[in-house]
Amino acid sequence: MHTQPPAALDSILHQHGHQPTELLQILIDAQALEGWLPAPTLTDIARALQLPRARVEGVAGFYSFLHTRPAGRYRVLFSDNITDRMLGNAELMDALCRKLWIEPGKLSEDGLVSIATTSCTGLCDQGPAMLVNGRAISQLTHRRINEIAELIRQQRPLDAWPTEYFHIDDNIRRRDTLLSLTMKPGEALAAAIARGRDGWLAEMQASNLRGRGGAGFATAVKWASARNAAGDTKVIVCNADEGEPGTFKDRVLLNSFADLVFEGMTLAAWAVGASEGFLYLRGEYQYLRPQLEAVLARRRAAQLLGADVLGQTGFDFDIRIHLGAGAYVCGEESALIESLEGKRGTPRIRPPFPVTHGYLGRPTVVNNVETLAKTCLIALHGGEAFAATGTAQSAGTKLLSISGDCAAPGIYEYPFGVSIARVLEDCGASDTQAVQVGGASGMCLAAYEFQRRIAYEDVPTAGAFMIFDGTRDLFEVARSFVHFFAHESCGFCTPCRVGTALLKGFMDKLADGHGAQADLADIDWLDRLLKNASHCGLGSAAPNPVIDTLQKFRPAYERRLVSLDFEPAFDLDAALAEARQLTTRDDPGAHLQTHEEDTP
Amino acid sequence: MTRQFLLDGQPVPFEDGQSILEAARQAGHYIPSLCWHKDFPAHGSCKLCIVKAAGRHVSACATPAREGWEVESNTPEMNGERRGLLQMLFVEGNHFCPSCEKSGNCELQALGYEYEMLSPRFRHFYPERPVDASHPDVLLDFNRCIFCELCVRASRDVDGKAVFALTGRGIDKHLVVNAESGRLADTDFSKDDLAAHICPVGVILHKGPGFAVPIGERDYDRESIRQKKLRDEEASS
Ligand SMILES: Cc1cc2nc3c(=O)[nH]c(=O)nc-3n(C[C@H](O)[C@H](O)[C@H](O)COP(=O)(O)O)c2cc1C
Ligand code: SF4
Ligand code: SF4
Ligand code: FES
Repeated sequence: MHTQPPAALDSILHQHGHQPTELLQILIDAQALEGWLPAPTLTDIARALQLPRARVEGVAGFYSFLHTRPAGRYRVLFSDNITDRMLGNAELMDALCRKLWIEPGKLSEDGLVSIATTSCTGLCDQGPAMLVNGRAISQLTHRRINEIAELIRQQRPLDAWPTEYFHIDDNIRRRDTLLSLTMKPGEALAAAIARGRDGWLAEMQASNLRGRGGAGFATAVKWASARNAAGDTKVIVCNADEGEPGTFKDRVLLNSFADLVFEGMTLAAWAVGASEGFLYLRGEYQYLRPQLEAVLARRRAAQLLGADVLGQTGFDFDIRIHLGAGAYVCGEESALIESLEGKRGTPRIRPPFPVTHGYLGRPTVVNNVETLAKTCLIALHGGEAFAATGTAQSAGTKLLSISGDCAAPGIYEYPFGVSIARVLEDCGASDTQAVQVGGASGMCLAAYEFQRRIAYEDVPTAGAFMIFDGTRDLFEVARSFVHFFAHESCGFCTPCRVGTALLKGFMDKLADGHGAQADLADIDWLDRLLKNASHCGLGSAAPNPVIDTLQKFRPAYERRLVSLDFEPAFDLDAALAEARQLTTRDDPGAHLQTHEEDTP
Repeated sequence: MTRQFLLDGQPVPFEDGQSILEAARQAGHYIPSLCWHKDFPAHGSCKLCIVKAAGRHVSACATPAREGWEVESNTPEMNGERRGLLQMLFVEGNHFCPSCEKSGNCELQALGYEYEMLSPRFRHFYPERPVDASHPDVLLDFNRCIFCELCVRASRDVDGKAVFALTGRGIDKHLVVNAESGRLADTDFSKDDLAAHICPVGVILHKGPGFAVPIGERDYDRESIRQKKLRDEEASS
């Protein structure tokens, strides 16, 4: 016997046209009904979409922001990037837990509230930050935490909370060509259309623009491949997953320069001959969605999207927004495409590459938010002008997301080639011990490297720039990143699924004071296997913070070693404490000798 | 003219689109595998088939062979990495080989022998994975799952049932069955499904004749996994 899904769920299913590709979007909307996804809801969704229930359960279990167990009417997630930690997020979380009488990670007995941590929410310049039922609150202080505890206790709906809580700053500190561009919507597009598809692609080629999402792939080459690929429907995807810890420049572009981003997507569609566009927006940024939808609506009304864009017969292109739900790996382009198709975000085997077989097997271009915004400059001023700035192999400018120990964290736009030292000076950093460039998967630079330059040929970066002064412990920095990777591993391949968990275990063992020299050898070995054998960039980058800090800040590790050879991960003697208490014994015979070197 | 690449210095011919692993096996060279199955597209998850091709580490099952490539497989370096991957799979689950019905027929165990895995090396995770004995004919002992998804693929693509799927993420990833109750008995699974016969380890076990073939006389007691896989390949071609 089967009953109809409840009306509210039914209307969600209708809104999404009962499309299996919409599964993730449906789950996100369905969760809003009760704050979690009860088992019968998954069954109803599976039946309505004619999918195996196990597949629906598989997807629901993949994303951090989807709950298959009750999670409370108020779901509080503290952002747990190292920068949040440096700003005292642990104390604040502790305080909130105490005020609400709950344990982290557990639901309160009355089912009202749960409090836990989440990976970097992209508010490092205004942390510590949190998400409450998916909505971002920054600049947390003890005072704000007290107020929030009170609001939750009074069960005040989120819409009735003070609006200033939800205010997010851009913090733009330095503008270069992109951030000082003022352009009427459609201007760049008109220029590109006037050049014709070939002419426009030729400008892109001349510009030497390379991807700003991390890998630095030549954008024109990617576009040309998709354009030449067989297939009628082609797809442009803007990657706004921005999950790399310490990165937040895409958030600012989407907040204040959305027209440039959407125009860039349309410019890509013009070059490639694409008709379908997606903005893959990370769940942490869902508060931006209403304003982004408004920009899209305006652009449709202005004939910048839809059928016959700018009057060009046959140039049909529109953009839809898809939300992520807490999975860093979905920034990897093939995992992103799986997620767009409503599946678990598992990276695909490549080849084939997305440019030939992407979304639903269609030729698909995936580009970063910043990459796409930059194409407007090229359409307006030409490829040569763009190529003339920056360095030989890195044309144009780069947005840096600066956070950590400095006077003025925020967004800085520099021409490529700027030195680390110059950036540190501009943002008011002093006594800098190290800089983590490119996020957790990037490079950790020590003071002797501060003359190096931001450029693909020297220090490449997707934009994160986290600063650590002399008071910081670089071992703890690396350990927090290792925790991040273990939490975010999709679990598809053996080396990363198990390797990141093992690495986390070793780092915790050292942190707990049980480390031995033999552990450093095992860490080395794991680092190499992760790098070599992982299926995607997440696993191969996961050991980077450890490799760099072990090489450059080795004393931070060695300080923690208790012995030069083997040391078990637990303290045998301490494990007997309870037995001693029960038997009221504390004589030498009730203790184990665990440290040989302790005995004279 | 047939095209060829070099595997540990020996020429291996291949056809267009063939993977390094397929071409090697066809030519009588063994590259180990766990998640690969000749009747299914490559999965690429276990990484046991890892080789070095033109200086880069790649999965032999998922990488198309290329003319003139020099591929290293049976080297101390690659075998060392394979041993490490096996150790990871062993500590991740709960594998008590001596009491396992699959002992002697298990590919994970056989590979442990083949790659001289003498110790687990890493700390055990001891995950909690309750068994599902609800089905009249088949028992699921999740403790031994290595996530090769062969049961998932067989049930979905051959049996047309989609009885199995993975959920969770990272180290918490686990197998679930297609029923709201979570019980195999409440799915349309049958002991005659391909999915009931494809698990390379001891998760999907048939009830009834326990230990019908005594330990000591089983597949990998009689010959190594290397010998058996190459013989199977020859028989099927
Ligand atoms: C684990 C992982 C996470 C990634 N996250 C992002 C991301 O959040 N945003 C992004 O633009 N690219 C990300 N990338 C890179 C994408 O795979 C892809 O290269 C990029 O979106 C291409 O755009 P571009 O050529 O404009 O740089 C990630 C890659 C990996 C391996
Ligand atoms: S490397 Fe990690 S994130 Fe990438 S596929 Fe493997 S398990 Fe998933
Ligand atoms: S149950 Fe067996 S076949 Fe299925 S994924 Fe696990 S190990 Fe593979
Ligand atoms: S056999 Fe190639 S990855 Fe498993």
